[in-house]
Amino acid sequence: MAGASLEIDRVEAAYGPVKVLKAVSLAVKPGEFVALLGSSGCGKTTLLRAISGFVPIASGRISVDGRDISRLPPDRRDMAMVFQSYALWPHMTAAGNIGYGLKLRGWDKPRIAERVGQMLAMLKLDGLGDRMVTQLSGGQRQRVALGRALAIDPRILLLDEPLSNLDARIREDVRHEIKALQNKLGITAIHVTHDREEAMVMADRIVILDAGEIAQVGSPEEVYNRPASAFVASFMGAGNVVRLAARREGDGIVLGAGDLSNEIRVPVGSISGLAGAQVIAHFRGEAASLGAADADDADRLVLRGRIAQASYPGGHWRYGVAVGSQHFMVDDPRRLNVGEPVGIGLPLSSLHLFAA
Amino acid sequence: MTALAWLPRAIILGLIAFAIFGPLANLALWAAAEQWYFPHKLPVTYGLKFWHQVFKPSSDALLSLGNSVVIALLTVVVSLALAVPAGYALARLSLPLRGLIMLAFLLPQAFPSVAVYINVARIFYGFGLNGTIAGVVLVHAVHGLVFAVWIASAAFAAVDRDLELAALNIGAGALRTFFTVTLPLAAPGIVASAIFVFLESLDEFTGTFFVGVPDVTTLPLLMFTASIAGNYQIAAITALILLIPSVGFMLFVERFLKADVLAKVGT
Repeated sequence: MAGASLEIDRVEAAYGPVKVLKAVSLAVKPGEFVALLGSSGCGKTTLLRAISGFVPIASGRISVDGRDISRLPPDRRDMAMVFQSYALWPHMTAAGNIGYGLKLRGWDKPRIAERVGQMLAMLKLDGLGDRMVTQLSGGQRQRVALGRALAIDPRILLLDEPLSNLDARIREDVRHEIKALQNKLGITAIHVTHDREEAMVMADRIVILDAGEIAQVGSPEEVYNRPASAFVASFMGAGNVVRLAARREGDGIVLGAGDLSNEIRVPVGSISGLAGAQVIAHFRGEAASLGAADADDADRLVLRGRIAQASYPGGHWRYGVAVGSQHFMVDDPRRLNVGEPVGIGLPLSSLHLFAA
Repeated sequence: MTALAWLPRAIILGLIAFAIFGPLANLALWAAAEQWYFPHKLPVTYGLKFWHQVFKPSSDALLSLGNSVVIALLTVVVSLALAVPAGYALARLSLPLRGLIMLAFLLPQAFPSVAVYINVARIFYGFGLNGTIAGVVLVHAVHGLVFAVWIASAAFAAVDRDLELAALNIGAGALRTFFTVTLPLAAPGIVASAIFVFLESLDEFTGTFFVGVPDVTTLPLLMFTASIAGNYQIAAITALILLIPSVGFMLFVERFLKADVLAKVGT
């Protein structure tokens, strides 16, 4: 069965007086892999649980293939969820867990056995069907949980941080396996995670949530390179923030950090909603380069500072650069000494500019 | 001095051992004594005469044993029929009055039991329940519900909610989820509560005395009558019979009831 489309229309949810979801709207195409990304408490898990029916919604509409399912109980929504804790039934074997949903659907024993066998083979769990789930390793349990969800051929697969309990090394592999399976089976998947890289690697589209609202929706490349807000920029790793003075000059805006930098000219359209004389610029450490402190290029903002800290995380050096009272993390392939004066070179494309 | 450091500990242990095993030894002696009277410190003659008396087909003892077991089993059924749903509700649903309800099950213990049972007996007269097995079962169930509900609720609370959600999510209805996931996982706790109720009922005296006598006699009542009449042998033998299920079940509970369930009792 191919995946279903999912439409979330102005959905609100609350725990007591606390609003957790504020008019969230989102349309997911059939077979699409969407990641809900955000820090803890942003509402991503609540949104997933609202879709699965575990959390009642206060208002709005959730529909699958155009059919309103907002009021349906969880057992009639034809979705399958992989839980963060895996939620495998400890009193059943791996095969028992995977076959449970099929038994509910009235399949006869040989058919269930066949399907469970296929699942075990697909998930590289051959020979482990008779083990109790308590005797399986973390990675194996994770696969059983995935198998249980996929066995019933769900139209929508819900993934609630399914990788967060795995070792970092296994996690990398499982990411690609899940993505490949989802692609092969053509299921629509909603994946909740707080791991930016995981979302980037797995999802077709990323939904960034902040305090119960959608901050941005877009492809991994879009949200990474064109963050819609300062929040998204820093969440997507552009953690260096510098406040710049802005002034109108003809058809452009001149930006600078006073004594601490040169001045560059940017087109008016590059900063939306600019009203005052202040701009906040976010940039990534890896998008900057270190050069001479007195460099003054027209196309690059150069922040003047000195190296305060150096470390080698592998592949390149990472420097803490002090500019005035501020501190920026910048990557550079060269070996530089602590105390050396440097200029942080920031091409216009590396700057994410927002009105302050 | 240091050579005698073990002495206080040995004395204390000895006293504790005596406190526990002294009465049991006395019981065992009485059960095997045919004649034992003052001023002899030990029985005069030993024998199994009274065992024959207790176990002869027409004896009161066998009838009482039968009554005791039937009543205990029925009490378990009645108690669990109430405790399983009540325990589940108390464990899962965020009832505002949860604490109060839990306390309410303790109430029958809070009042002097004789006063309570005299009034229960009076009310049961009106319904024709006095002197019936059903009446005794009801009285025992009130008593047993305390354990049953508290332990069952702890057992259900120890079942991870996600395990139930996983079943619902994959298409199992609420009842199906309960019977295939929740109940099997809570089973050890439920069995433990059944055992406690069974033992409580087997040992119960006061309620049976007011509601059952003279038509319904149980082992504890027989024991009471026997010791009042000076038949210590009969009393000792009945006591030993009562001891068997208690010890057996205690071993079972100790072995199968997990610490995580016990930790949730009363919360």
